[in-house]
Amino acid sequence: MFTEPARAMMTQTTTLAERLLRSPAVAALTSPHGVDRYLELINPMWAATEVRARVVDVQRENPDSGGAAVATLTLQPTSTWRGHRAGQYVQVGVELPGSARRLTRCFSISSAASAPGERFTLTIRAHDEGQVSKFLVHRARPGQVLHLSQAEGEFTLTESPATPTNRHLLFITGGSGITPAMSMVRTLLRDGYDGHVNRRVTFLHFARSAEDQIFAAELAGIDAGDNGVDVRLFHGDQLFSEQLLTRIVPDFREVDTWACGPAGMVELVSAAYGVSPTDTSGSRLRVEFFKPPTVATGSAAGDLTFARSDATAANTGASILEQAEAAGLRPEFGCRMGICFSCTARKTDGTVRNVLTGEESSLPDEDIRICVNAPVGSCTVDL
Amino acid sequence: MTTKLTPDQLHAFGKEMDSIRQRILADLGEEDATYIRGVLKRQRQLEVAGRALMYLPPAWPLAVAALSLSKILDNMEIGHNVMHGQYDWMGDPGLNSRMFEWDNVCPSAQWKYSHNYIHHTFTNILGKDRDIGYGVLRMDEDQPWHPYYLGNPLYAFLLMVFFEWGVALHDLEVENLVKGTRTLEENRALHAGIMRKVKRQALKDYLLFPALTGPLFPLTFAGNAIANLVRNVWAFNIIFCGHFPAGVESFTEAECLDEDGPDGPTESRGHWYYRQVLGSANISGSPLFHIMSGNLSHQIEHHLFPDLPARRYPQIAAEVREVCERYGLEYNTGSLRQQLGSVARKIIRLALPPRRTTDREPTAAPVSEPVAA
Ligand SMILES: Cc1cc2nc3c(=O)[nH]c(=O)nc-3n(C[C@H](O)[C@H](O)[C@H](O)COP(=O)(O)OP(=O)(O)OC[C@H]3O[C@@H](n4cnc5c(N)ncnc54)[C@H](O)[C@@H]3O)c2cc1C
Ligand code: FES
Repeated sequence: MFTEPARAMMTQTTTLAERLLRSPAVAALTSPHGVDRYLELINPMWAATEVRARVVDVQRENPDSGGAAVATLTLQPTSTWRGHRAGQYVQVGVELPGSARRLTRCFSISSAASAPGERFTLTIRAHDEGQVSKFLVHRARPGQVLHLSQAEGEFTLTESPATPTNRHLLFITGGSGITPAMSMVRTLLRDGYDGHVNRRVTFLHFARSAEDQIFAAELAGIDAGDNGVDVRLFHGDQLFSEQLLTRIVPDFREVDTWACGPAGMVELVSAAYGVSPTDTSGSRLRVEFFKPPTVATGSAAGDLTFARSDATAANTGASILEQAEAAGLRPEFGCRMGICFSCTARKTDGTVRNVLTGEESSLPDEDIRICVNAPVGSCTVDL
Repeated sequence: MTTKLTPDQLHAFGKEMDSIRQRILADLGEEDATYIRGVLKRQRQLEVAGRALMYLPPAWPLAVAALSLSKILDNMEIGHNVMHGQYDWMGDPGLNSRMFEWDNVCPSAQWKYSHNYIHHTFTNILGKDRDIGYGVLRMDEDQPWHPYYLGNPLYAFLLMVFFEWGVALHDLEVENLVKGTRTLEENRALHAGIMRKVKRQALKDYLLFPALTGPLFPLTFAGNAIANLVRNVWAFNIIFCGHFPAGVESFTEAECLDEDGPDGPTESRGHWYYRQVLGSANISGSPLFHIMSGNLSHQIEHHLFPDLPARRYPQIAAEVREVCERYGLEYNTGSLRQQLGSVARKIIRLALPPRRTTDREPTAAPVSEPVAA
């Protein structure tokens, strides 16, 4: 969601130099490598089309709490950053020291909607076994440069605070799934949403424990403010249930709702709205996953063959990525949910089913994302 | 003729090669990344310097030298190797085989098909590896002689001068069009791709950069053309020394099918390695020479392990040689002068009809007719 001043800035900030660097003439001169391949050698923060960002600040959100470590990184993107709408995520590429391998993971932006070139924040929870999250939370330092995509995703505010039909907004989040909702609420408040014209916001959040609650002080402040935003925090065994939701928002099915959190929670929320987590059409619910839900997969028949590794295993019906990992292979992956394309591999033979859409495909020699495709019967992939 | 290995020997030989490969794969890391980024940086510096020095007429020879070196590095140690997927593990789009495009008129996608797939899979199999003679030369005794081949040395010279164009047109399989085994329709998409790339390459080297130097246009134009020529001559020589010196063997399709597979006879992994060793040749030289040749001076190691970072080839060469010698396989290596001489003699010798046919066994392999026949 862009405010008018932000929109105006967007068209203005393209300076002459930038326009020149992006011109077809310069592209022709630097062909076939492109301008960025030369600029990056001088200064990693110079780019004509790619997006990179310098870490300018690292804040631990919950120092010494005993819960999983969470940190908020403030990033200064290159001038190529086109800004983001509240609720969107960005793909972050990190070169892990020691291995020289660049890994890519998605992170939702936690700060209010940004304009082109403007700073924004990511709030990241360190997973015990997680390579990228642990590195960013514990070892990211100001000055370090990260590779970024432009902001992506449709899990966004569809209406501005000025839209008359925007009567009530409902956010239901769990764990680190709070980040996109936080960005939306911060955007609303920054842009003058005061709840005084018969509108309100309800923000339900579920955390493992009070120690694991991030943004606690800010959320308390928002709740106490005279702004029509009602924040309810639940900890420990106060889990999401339809009864709880009915008690707080009786007409919840008529309310625009954004839900993001662990797969289990999102499945319960979807059930309350009478839809499936992977297809919420026909309801006012929108969902976002940080990890794909456990949906029914391709049938567990036939064999899955990994051509390059010369290995074959009985098809378990799980995603090809999971089956490859179970077979001891280490295929490249990023988001594990079909959005970053880092896991693309060639399927040479057989049929696969997209576990998110149910779509089946039998084309030979097809590039598929192995994280969201499961074999239907026997199948061969070039892994 | 080198020793023929028994199936058991081939199997054991394959295992030894696999273990060298595994050891290097497990060791890939920061050093390899730092190295290739360093070469990339040096190449970009040489290119910028070359382009800039064109503005200084007295420095013109220096400008041409810098640009020539830049183009050689771009094509050999960077382009050729990156497009083999040697650095895909880094996850860096700038060094990824799926995205890299080189400073050469042949579009990378087409080159990856004809080189990575056809040439590296069917290395030196007559009738399958189109790099034997590039569709114009007679480079193997088993290619039947024809008066057309009297021009062999001339064709080789022209191929050397216009090497990048030869490589680009190679994919169109003109000789197969002439023979009628390929249709114009199949070439249409390829043709469009080549033309797009050719236009871009020609635009910058022969129009934009010369125009940017204003009155020096003819000088810059000539400088850029010479840099492309130097790169062509260099690449041609390195590649020919890696494949065609005396002693390099060719194979028939039938003799490679040494193992029973589920869908009929196939080639065993051991035999594939065996064929790679006998089908290539190395050039000895200094570390700088190896870099400038894209480490294709270690053509044997490259053919055994085309997707390992090329900077590793010198590290494993002694070991590969030792294993080959243990199995009685000829490890063909020599100085640039020796290998060049050997290749030149072969080009001339094969221009002429075979002197004696008695001591050669007739081959059943389908061998290609010359284009112009
Ligand atoms: C659209 C989107 C937005 C996201 N936004 C955020 C965000 O704002 N903040 C944030 O902290 N994370 C967010 N994530 C999750 C993030 O992308 C990573 O998946 C997570 O940080 C773990 O990555 P890793 O490299 O540390 O772990 P990996 O090294 O990838 O994985 C290690 C182990 O953890 C498991 N694992 C991987 N991801 C998850 C997960 N999400 N939950 C549970 N187990 C997992 C793996 O299966 C593996 O066993 C988002 C994900 C998506 C798809
Ligand atoms: S891992 Fe991101 S698309 Fe598969």
